[in-house]
Amino acid sequence: MNTEKFRSFMARGAIWGFIVLELVFFSIAGEFLSLSDKAFMDWDNMLLLFKQSAPIGIIALGMTIIMINGNIDLSVGATFALCAIVMLDSMTWPIFAGLGDWVIPVAWLLALMTGMFLGLINGLIVWKTGVDAFIVTLGSMLGFRGLVFMYNGENPTSHLNWTLVDMIEVDLLGVEVPTIIFVICAVLIWLLMTRTVHGRNAYAVGDNREAAVNAGIRVGPHMVWNFVLIGFLAALSSVVFYSASGSVNPNDGTLYELWVITAVVLGGTKLTGGSGSVISTFGGVIAIQLLRKGLGHIGADTAMVNLVIGLILIAVLFLDQQLNRKGKEALKV
Amino acid sequence: MTAPALRLQDIVKTFPGVRALDGVSFEVLPGEVHALLGENGAGKSTLMKVLGGIYQPDEGQIFIEEGPARMASPLDAKSKGVVFIHQELSLADELSVAENIYLGELPKRSFGRVDWATLYRKSAAILDRLNCGFTPQTRVGSLSIANKQMVEIARALTVEAKAVIFDEPTASLTDAEKVVLFDIINGLRDQGVGIVYISHRMDEIFTISDRISVLRDGAYRGSLITADTNEDEVTRLMIGRSLDLSHNLDPVEVGEVVLEAQGLSCGSLFQDVSFRVHSGEVVGFYGLVGAGRTEIAETLFGLRTASAGSIRILGEEVRINSPMDAITHGISLVPEDRKEQGLVLGMSCRDNMTLPQVGALTRGPFVDGSKEMAIFDTYHDKLEIKTPSWKQQAGNLSGGNQQKIVIGKWLSMQPKLLIVDEPTRGIDVGSKSEIHNLIRDLASQGYAVIVISSEMPEVLRVSDRVIAMFHGRIMREFTAQEVTEDSLVQAISGISPEKVA
Repeated sequence: MNTEKFRSFMARGAIWGFIVLELVFFSIAGEFLSLSDKAFMDWDNMLLLFKQSAPIGIIALGMTIIMINGNIDLSVGATFALCAIVMLDSMTWPIFAGLGDWVIPVAWLLALMTGMFLGLINGLIVWKTGVDAFIVTLGSMLGFRGLVFMYNGENPTSHLNWTLVDMIEVDLLGVEVPTIIFVICAVLIWLLMTRTVHGRNAYAVGDNREAAVNAGIRVGPHMVWNFVLIGFLAALSSVVFYSASGSVNPNDGTLYELWVITAVVLGGTKLTGGSGSVISTFGGVIAIQLLRKGLGHIGADTAMVNLVIGLILIAVLFLDQQLNRKGKEALKV
Repeated sequence: MTAPALRLQDIVKTFPGVRALDGVSFEVLPGEVHALLGENGAGKSTLMKVLGGIYQPDEGQIFIEEGPARMASPLDAKSKGVVFIHQELSLADELSVAENIYLGELPKRSFGRVDWATLYRKSAAILDRLNCGFTPQTRVGSLSIANKQMVEIARALTVEAKAVIFDEPTASLTDAEKVVLFDIINGLRDQGVGIVYISHRMDEIFTISDRISVLRDGAYRGSLITADTNEDEVTRLMIGRSLDLSHNLDPVEVGEVVLEAQGLSCGSLFQDVSFRVHSGEVVGFYGLVGAGRTEIAETLFGLRTASAGSIRILGEEVRINSPMDAITHGISLVPEDRKEQGLVLGMSCRDNMTLPQVGALTRGPFVDGSKEMAIFDTYHDKLEIKTPSWKQQAGNLSGGNQQKIVIGKWLSMQPKLLIVDEPTRGIDVGSKSEIHNLIRDLASQGYAVIVISSEMPEVLRVSDRVIAMFHGRIMREFTAQEVTEDSLVQAISGISPEKVA
C-alpha cells in the first residue's frame, strides 16, 4: 500500500481500529482484573453500551455538522437540561390536565420546539452579529443554564409518568428505544451530509466560506439551520433520556458539550471546519463509551476514566497530525 | 574572475516517483542579479529548498565562495550568508520594525532584558542601508505591503549576506512599489551581494537581471545574458516551444449590449463609472492596485452594494444585492484569488464545479451524482482540464487547472456576462497562454467578458477594448487598435486628464 492510500485509510478507519483495540484489550484485561465473572463483550453489555451512548451520541451528530461548518456550539448541555425541564414540567401544567396520556406527545413537542428555538437564537446571533460561534454559544451556555436555575432554584424538577417510562423502555429484540433513535438519527444525518445539497454546502462553507459566498450560497441562513438542527437534537436527546428517568437536576448536562466535542474530534472532524464524517463521529461516541465501560469493567474509578480519555484524545490528535503532515517540509511551529 | 558568491554543482534530488532535480548546476557572482526562471513544477522551489537547508540533496555539492558547504537547516543557511526573501510575508504586525528585524535574536542584557538601545541602533543602520523612510520604532502593522517587504529584506540583512534569494517578491506590489524594490535590489548588488531573483514576470526579469537561467522538468536548460536576449528566446527555453505573445488587433464583430453600467458608484471606492459590454467582446479593466477595478466587479456580482447608479442586463434594469441575484441575472465572477475566494480546496473537482447549481441537480431529496458527472465531463473535455479523476481534491491541482475548474464552474451556469479578475495570477507561462486563448474563445462563442488584470501584456493580449482606471474613476477607454503601452500607462497614472465617455 502506498503512503497516500495508507494515510487516507488511517484517517477514515482509525476510529474503528481504535474500537477493535479497546474491545480486545478490555476482554483480555477483564479476564484478569474484573471482579465480575461476565465477559466484557457480552451481548447485553454491548446493547447497554449503545443505549448509554445515545444521549451524547445524538447531540454529537448535530455537533458534527456544526463543526464541519467551522462553528462550535457550547450551549448544548444547557439546552439539554432546559428541554428536560420543559418536558417534565409541562406534563403537570393545569391546561393540559384534560389530555390524559395525550399530554406525552404535547410535552415532547414542547421540549423539541424549545430546543429548536434555543438553536435559532444561537444561529441568528452568529449570523446577524458575525461574532464567533465560540463566543456566542459560550454566552448562551451561561444564559441557558441561568434559565435552568431560575426555573426551580437548586431543586430537581421531577415528574414520573409510568406510561412514558413504559414507552421508552419498549425494546425491539432487546434493542431499546434510545438506541433505535440514535441509530435512526445517525443514518438520517449521514444521508443529509453525504447525499443532499445542504450537506454539500455545509462542507463548502466550512472549507472556504468566501468561495461559498461567491458560489451564491446563503451562508448565514445555512448556518442558522444547522444551529436549529443541533438544538433539535439536543432536545431529542433530552426527551429520550428524561422520559425514562423522570427527574432533572439543574446541573444535569453540565460538561456534555465537552464530551460531545471530544467524541466528534475523536472521530476525526476538524475544529477548523471543512472535513469530517457522521459515521466517524458515531465511532467516536462508541469509542468513548467503550472506554468508560471498559475501564469500569477492570475496576478503574471515574476520575481515572477522565484522565485516560483526556490522554487518549491528545494522543489521537497527535497521531493524526503526524499522519497528515505532508512530508518533512511542513513548517516546524 | 571573481569566485561565485554561491555555486551549486550537479544537484540531484529525487522523491518517490519523481526526479525533481536532475543534475542542476547554478551559480551567482557577487554583485550580480541572476534570474531563475521555470514553469511551476520545473524544480525551482525544490532547488531553493535544497539551498535553504530544508531538503538535503541526494547528490551534488553546494559551495559558498568556493568553500564546500552543507546546509543543515534554514537557520544554518542563514548563518552561512544565504538568505531568502519569500513571497509571503511572515511578520508580526503588532511588534515594531526593529523587533521584527531581530525577531528570535533580540540583543539582550542581564536577566533576559531586551537591550533596546542596541536593537534600535542596529536596526536603524540596516534601514539606512536600504534607504527606508520609516523608523525602527514604527509598528509593522501600520506599514504598506511594500514597506513590510522592506522589513523582510532588512531582516535578511542582519547577517552578512553573501547571497540573497528573492522568491517572487513582487507578487503583491504595485508598479510604484516595484520600482522601490528594484532600487533596493540594485543597491544590494552594488554592495557586492549575489542576488538570485525568481519570478514569472518577464518584464521584471528584463528590468532587473544581469543573467537568466532556465529550469525545465528539473533540469538546467541554459543561461542567457539578459542584455543579449529577448522574451521569445527565454520563453522558448522555458516551455520548450514558442509562444504567441502578439496582441489581438483585429476588430471583432460584437453583438447586443449585455451589460450597461450607468453612473455606478460605491462610496469612496469608485465613482460615476459608466461602461457597456457587448456579447462577443472582451473588455479589459486596467489600473493600479486600489484603482477600483476589483471593487466594480464585486459590485456587479452583488458582494458590495452600489451607492448610486444603475445596472442594466440586456437592456433591463436590475437590482443586484447578493451573489445569488447576480447569478440569477447571468453574471458570473471568477475571483481574484482562486484559492481564497474561488475554490473549496478540500472538495473534489466535480463538486467544486457544480457548487453554485447543485441545488438544481437533485433527484428527490438527494443530489444526483450522474447529473453532476454530466456537467463535469462536459467542461472537463471542453476546457481540457488535466486531473487524474473527478475525485481529485481541487487543492491538489496546478494553478492553471484550478483556474479552469473555476471558469468551468461558471460556464456551466450558462452566464451572459463572465467577469474574470486576474485570470492568470500565480499561473505559469505555458498555462497562461492557454487561459488567454480560452478567454478569447469564450468571447468568440458570444459571451460578454470582462477581464481585470494588473499585467499590461495580459490586458493588451486579450481585450477588444481597454478601460483605464485611476483612483476610482474611468480615465480613458481604448480600442484594441488604438491602445499603446505608453498611453495606457499615462491613463492609469492619472496623467491624461481627458475623459472619454
